[in-house]
Amino acid sequence: MHVTRGFKGKRRTDATDRARLPPGQYLTPEFPVLTAGPTIHTPLDRWKLALQNGGSLVATWTWAEFEALPQTDLQTDIHCVTQWSKFDTRWRGVTIDDIFRAADLAVPPTGYLMAHCDGGYTTNLLVSDLIDGRAMIATHYDGLPLLPSHGGPARLLLPHLYFWKSAKWVRRLAFRDKDDPGFWESRGYHLRGDPWREQRYHGDP
Amino acid sequence: MDQTIATIPWLLATAVAIRNETATVKTFTFDVPDWPGHLAGQHVDLRLTAEDGYVAQRSYSIASASGTGSHIDLTIDLVADGEVSEFLHNELRIGDRIELRGPIGGYFTWSPRQDNGLLLLAGGSGIVPLMSILRTRALVKSERLARLLYSSRSADRIIYREGLEALAALPNGVILTHTVTRGAPPGWKGERSRIGRVMLTRREFTPAGHPDVFVCGPAAFVETVAGHLAAMGHPEDKVRTERFGPTGE
Ligand SMILES: Cc1cc2nc3c(=O)[nH]c(=O)nc-3n(C[C@H](O)[C@H](O)[C@H](O)COP(=O)(O)OP(=O)(O)OC[C@H]3O[C@@H](n4cnc5c(N)ncnc54)[C@H](O)[C@@H]3O)c2cc1C
Repeated sequence: MHVTRGFKGKRRTDATDRARLPPGQYLTPEFPVLTAGPTIHTPLDRWKLALQNGGSLVATWTWAEFEALPQTDLQTDIHCVTQWSKFDTRWRGVTIDDIFRAADLAVPPTGYLMAHCDGGYTTNLLVSDLIDGRAMIATHYDGLPLLPSHGGPARLLLPHLYFWKSAKWVRRLAFRDKDDPGFWESRGYHLRGDPWREQRYHGDP
Repeated sequence: MDQTIATIPWLLATAVAIRNETATVKTFTFDVPDWPGHLAGQHVDLRLTAEDGYVAQRSYSIASASGTGSHIDLTIDLVADGEVSEFLHNELRIGDRIELRGPIGGYFTWSPRQDNGLLLLAGGSGIVPLMSILRTRALVKSERLARLLYSSRSADRIIYREGLEALAALPNGVILTHTVTRGAPPGWKGERSRIGRVMLTRREFTPAGHPDVFVCGPAAFVETVAGHLAAMGHPEDKVRTERFGPTGE
C-alpha cells in the first residue's frame, strides 16, 4: 500500500456505511447500467425460462407460469466490479430454491450451472451460491417491473457476488459437470467474484 | 481454465506530464516501469490512499496507443465534487506517485490484426478508449475504413480536437464528424443535435461491410446510440459498448 501525497478523500460515507462497503468500492446514489452490448428487448409472449441438465430439459416456464411461482421480496446491497456499490436495493422475484422446487429437483444434479441470456451473455455459477435463499430471478425493482436496461423482464440476482454474475435477460439455467468460464470470466474476470475477497480479475485470491 | 494466469498486481505509477485538453479535462502521462502493455480500449483501476489508510478506487480508460512502452496516458474529466477526478485535477503534481493495476477488460478492445473496418461513436469523455483505437490504427497505417461520430455539449468541450483533426488528415485517416448538442459556434460545419437514426444514416454508420462498432460514453448516451444501431441492423455481437458508470451527464 502506497500513501498518495495530498490525498484525503471525501469520506461521504460514515463508519457504519463504510463497514458495509467491500474493499475498493464506493457508494453511489445512482443505479448505473453496465452491459457489453446494446440493451435487449424481449416481448413477454416470447419469453420462456428453461432449466436444463446436460442435453435434457428439466422444466420450462412461460411468463405467466413464472409469475405464478411463489414471489419473494428482497432488500439488499449490490456491488459492481467497476467499483460502485448501492445499498438497500429492493427486488421481487422467484428464489432459485423455489425454481428448483417447482421443477421437482430435491437435489441439484451437479454443483455447477451456466446461466444463458438473450443476446448470448453467459455466466458460470456454483450451485451453492444460488441456493439457501442466496439468489433469485428478479422481475421487479423498487416496486416496478424491471426495465430492459436493467435486465428486464427477468435477471438473475446473487447480491453476494459482483454484479456481473447477476446476469440480465436470463433465459436458461444449465447444470454442468464443471465450472467452465462464462462471458466475462473468459475475458479476464474472476471465476467466482466475491466482493469481500476482492475477487475482481483472474488470479485474484 | 488456466490457473497459471498471474494476479494483476498493483503498480506504482509516477506522473511525468500533465496537460490541459479542455477547461475541465486533463491528460496525465504516467511512467509505469513494469507496465505489461495493453490493447486499445482497455482500462486501468486507479487507487488513491490517504495517510490513515482510507482508499478510493476508480476505473480509467487508457488513451495512448496499444503497445508495451512504460508510459500510459489517462484523460480525465473533472466531475463536480468528484472524489478522484478532483484530486487528480487539483492536487496531483508531476513526480507524484499513485497506484494502478491493469490492463483490464477483454471485450471492449480492438486489435489491428482483426481490422474489419471501424465505426466509433463517443459521447464526452467516452472518446478516451476510442482515441487509443484511432492512435493504434494510425501507428499500423491501417487502410480499412474508420468513421468517428463524436458528440460533445459544445465546441469548446471537444477533447483531442487537434489530435483528431491530425488523424483525419493522414492517408486513410478517420472520417471525422463532430456533433454539438448545446449550441454551435458561428461557421460550425458539423452536426448540431443529439445522435439519432437520421444522422447515423446520413453519416453512413450502416451495417454494410460488417464493421466493428464501438460505443462509449455516459450510460444514457450509450443506451440510446446502441439502441439506434441495433434497430439499423447492426448485429448485437458487432456492437461493443462501454458505459462510464455513474458519471452520467
Ligand atoms: C471502464 C470505465 C472507464 C472509465 N474511463 C474514464 C475515462 O477515461 N475518463 C474519465 O474521465 N472517466 C472515466 N470513467 C469514469 C470514472 O471511473 C469515474 O467514475 C469518474 O472519474 C468520477 O469519479 P470521481 O471520484 O471523480 O467522482 P465520484 O466521487 O465518484 O462522484 C461522482 C458524482 O457523484 C456524486 N456523488 C458521489 N457520491 C455521492 C453521494 N453519496 N451523494 C450524492 N452525490 C454523490 C458526486 O458529487 C459526483 O458528482 C470510467 C469508468 C469506467 C467504469
